[in-house]
This record gives sequence, structure tokens and C-alpha cells, in this order.
Amino acid sequence: MTPFLSLSAAMTKGLLRDRAAVFFMLVFPLMFLVLLGALLKDSGLSQSEIVQVGDVKVLDDIPAKERAELRDVLRIEKTDGSAAARKEALEKVRKGDTDAAVYQRPGGRVELRYSAADQVRAGNVQGVLDSIVQQANQKATGRPPAFQLRTSTLQDQSTKPIQFLTPGLLGWAVAMSGVFGSAFNLVNWRKKRILRRLWLAPIGAGSVVGARVGVNLALAFAQTGIFLAVATLPYYGLKLTGHWWLCLPLIACGTLAFMSIGLLVGAWAKSEEAANGLAQLIVLPMAFLSGAFFPLDDAPGWVRTVSGFLPLKHLVQAMEDVLSRGEGWGAALPAMGGLLLFAAVLTLIASKLFRWDAA
Amino acid sequence: MVEHAISAKGLRKRYGETQAVDGVTFDVAQGEFYGILGPNGAGKTTTLELVEGLREPDEGTARLLGSPSWPRDRTLLRRIGVQLQASAFFEKLTAREQIRTFASLYGVPADRADAMLDTVGLVDKAGTREDKLSGGQAQRLSIACALVHDPELVFLDEPTTGLDPQARRNLWDLLRQINAEGRTVVLTTHYMDEAETLCDRVAIMDHGRVLRAGPPRELVEELGCDSLEDVFLQLTGREYRE
Repeated sequence: MTPFLSLSAAMTKGLLRDRAAVFFMLVFPLMFLVLLGALLKDSGLSQSEIVQVGDVKVLDDIPAKERAELRDVLRIEKTDGSAAARKEALEKVRKGDTDAAVYQRPGGRVELRYSAADQVRAGNVQGVLDSIVQQANQKATGRPPAFQLRTSTLQDQSTKPIQFLTPGLLGWAVAMSGVFGSAFNLVNWRKKRILRRLWLAPIGAGSVVGARVGVNLALAFAQTGIFLAVATLPYYGLKLTGHWWLCLPLIACGTLAFMSIGLLVGAWAKSEEAANGLAQLIVLPMAFLSGAFFPLDDAPGWVRTVSGFLPLKHLVQAMEDVLSRGEGWGAALPAMGGLLLFAAVLTLIASKLFRWDAA
Repeated sequence: MVEHAISAKGLRKRYGETQAVDGVTFDVAQGEFYGILGPNGAGKTTTLELVEGLREPDEGTARLLGSPSWPRDRTLLRRIGVQLQASAFFEKLTAREQIRTFASLYGVPADRADAMLDTVGLVDKAGTREDKLSGGQAQRLSIACALVHDPELVFLDEPTTGLDPQARRNLWDLLRQINAEGRTVVLTTHYMDEAETLCDRVAIMDHGRVLRAGPPRELVEELGCDSLEDVFLQLTGREYRE
């Protein structure tokens, strides 16, 4: 075996045998994707719940077909019309257990009592009930309606949660393994004097650096494969568009940029604990400020200014563009160039700070 | 004339305010067992690092097997073996994987690495991870890693520190065997009995200088002492060191 291959094998074994590292680099970010993907899947307003106390003619008279359509937005739970039941229903509204209570006063007046805690939901319930009552009124006139509204949904172009969650969380995962991988490696090898031992072996620096970069690239591609496999499951519903494979060179450039951050951390830190702390201090805020967990569209201007300097932001944005928005080289190339430039500058600084010894 | 295994001339190295090595000159003949002794902070480690080519000397030169050790010379590195510390192992790798990795750095095949593991008596620990080896086993493994490419010149840095008497004696046998095979061995140690038994010649260092060098027996006689330990204490004093 060549030095390059045997060092790669040694690093890979060391990584895979470190259960905590495998968890934090592979399983932990994937858990976020699986959980956040499921939680945000049907974001937007879901079904509202109301309690119907006793008979309410307009609701009871809804034809079966319309009732089925209505069920998507409104679930009606019917109780008996006693005073106790009404009191109980109102109590439920107060506590927020249900969105509204509806009952009929003698004389046909329909009363709706809703909680104002969630304004959007209250408006939604109000609107639905109002339209039911208006339709009943119109029917009662016995004449065909003068105006009709027909609605149908359009496949919308807005971003679905999985479309920003996948590149965001994948970028975060790659950033973690890049920064931690190179920082820990450097600190550990310095502490254990393996760096010096390798200096005294007849091998080139290329074999050592190449092996580390190769292992990190392989890890990043494995992360990408797993993330895309999960996100494209029908349940999560990510649809890959034409140039999605451009995420691979983007991931590669991103890995180099994050490894350069790790080199800087490793050059500075004297112990693994210090490297861990500093790496966390960099990766987590960077992930938040780069829109890895949620989009930054509504973020204040200064946040967007700061995020413009972060490599993760450009990686995430470019991946979003190529993965699911159908964009191609035009979106990927500037990001790749920026990431490589970032990596070059930081590596240069790290090499100035590099030390052989922990002392 | 037979080439010296090591020829160090006027080595000096300064770290900030500290003159760690202050004009060290010594020669080691081919096949010799040479000991470098000194209290903590005497400059042994830095001297060894300068000789090995880990650091660039401020002044002076060190030639190993006829070639200068600085700048880094990969042809020369193939001919020397270095044991830095028992813990200089790749994380989470077994004894066999460690020595095979080191072997491949020198282009040595895996079966030669396995044979070396047998030489140091670690065959039944081949599948044990580095952090699960005992102190003596780890020392033997790190020596095996330094010897796997059959070097002509071997540097050992405190190879018996922290070992029990049994492990120490076993290691002595191993070191004698290495030397008997014709290799030049240079070791640093804190144990004077060890230096007395193993070394053909020793150099006693303090304050970055070689105070005295010669065969242990001659030094004892010359200074009228009972043992090398007395020679050492007479030369370097009895105060506590860092």
C-alpha cells in the first residue's frame, strides 16, 4: 500500500470506530432532517376544530359532498344542546383545546365564540362559518347565485420546507465534519506526536494532507447521499431538478472551506477540548446565520450582511438553487470560486500559525 | 575511514530567552550503543531533535550516516528509525494496524510488519487497540514501529519510563538484540543502571552542554565514584530540577 492509501485507511478506521464522531457527523444532522422535515411538512394553517353545541341548522343541512370537502379545513365535533354542554364547550375554547364553539339561538341566530389567541386561525374559522351561513342564506332565497367563485390550487413555486431544509441541514452536517475532522486530527496528532513521527518518515506532505482531504470528501459525499436519499423519499417529497448533481462539486469546495476553518482552529487550540469548544463556537452560530435551519428572508439587514461573509451561507444557497430550483452552473460556479478562495486564505493563515508541539 | 553513524558539531538552539542547546559536539561510531543522560531540562530532548532533523539548529551541523539531517532528506529518513514516545500511535487502531501503517510509510510489506510484531512478542496482542495496551506493550509496539523498516540507526527516547522491573528487563534484552544485529542505537534515559548495563558510551548533559562523555566504567573510575549514578549526581548536582 502507498503511504497515501494506508494513511487514508488509518484515518477512516479511526473515524468509524469513534462512535461519538459518527453520531455527531452522520446521525445527528440526519435526525434534524427527519424530525424537522416531518414537523414542517404541512406547515401553514392546518385544520381548525370547532365544537357544535346542539343542533345548528345551517351546519346540519350541509350536503354530504360539501361536508367531505369541508373536512379538510374544519372538523366539527357535535355535542348535545344542554346548558352544561355549552358551558363545557366555552371552557374548552378558553383553554385553547378547541378553536371555537358554535350554537344556535332561538330565532335562527348562529352564535360563534372563538378564542382570539391565534388571530389567523380565528379569522379562518370565522370566514369558513360566515361562508356557510351566507350560502345557506342564498339557498333560502331559492334563486341561483348571481356570482360564483371557483377555486383550484396551482402547483406553487414557493419554497417548501424540505427544499431549504435539505441543503441547509446538509450544509451544516458537512460544515461540522469538515471543521471538527481537520481540527481534531491536527490537535490529536500534534499531541500524540504523530505529526513529528510522520515528519521523520520518508513521505511527502502531499500524502498526509491528501489522505485527510480524501477522507473528509468521502465522508461529505456519504452525508450527501444519505441526505438526498432521505429527502427524496415520497414522505418528505424533495424533487431533484436537472442539475442537482452540481451539489457534489459544491460540497467538495465547501468541505475544503470548512477544513480550512478546522485547520485554523487546530493550529490555535492546544487541546482537543479547546478545539471542540472553539469549533462549536464557530459552526453553530454560522449555521444559524447561514440559514441552515430556517430561511433568512425575514432576517434583519445586518444578519444578512454578516451571513454574506460565511462560506456556509453561499454553499446552502447555491445547493438550494441547483437541487430543487432547476438552476445550473450559473448558480454553482460563483459559490465554488468563493469557497475555494476562502479555503486558500484560511489555509495560508493557518500555516503561519502552525506549530509542531503542543507546548 | 569508517563513516560515523552520528557526527554532531557545535549544535546550538535557542528558544526565546532559553539557550536549550549550547554547543554540543559528539560522535557515535557505527554499531555503538550510545546513551544521552541528563536531568530534566538539560537539553537532551532538543539535542536529539536537532540530531534527528526535527528542528533546524541555530548553529552547527548534525550528520547521520554521512548525510546532514537538516534539511529533511527522505533518502536518509529511510535509514533511520525513531521512537518518539509510546503514545505516538494512530487513534483507535490495533497493534497490527499501527505497525502495518508505519510499515507502509516506508514501503515495507505487511508480512514483514507482522514478523516485527512477533520479534517484540506482541503477536497475541495484535488485535488490541493502542489505548488498551499496557505500558510495556505500548513501549514494545512503538519500538517495533521504529524498527519495522530495518534501519541502520535507531533513536529511542526514554523507552523504559514507567515500566515495571520485568518489562524493563525484557525491553533491555530486546534493545541488546537490536544492537547485536549491527544497528547503532542512541537512547536517552533517566535510569543510570540502564545506561551502565546497555551503553558502550554515555554523554552526561546539563545546561545545554555535554559535561562528560565516555564508557560508563571509565567515568566511574575517573571520578572515583561507586556507580554511574554517583558520577551523574557529582556532575549535575543534587538540586531539584523542573
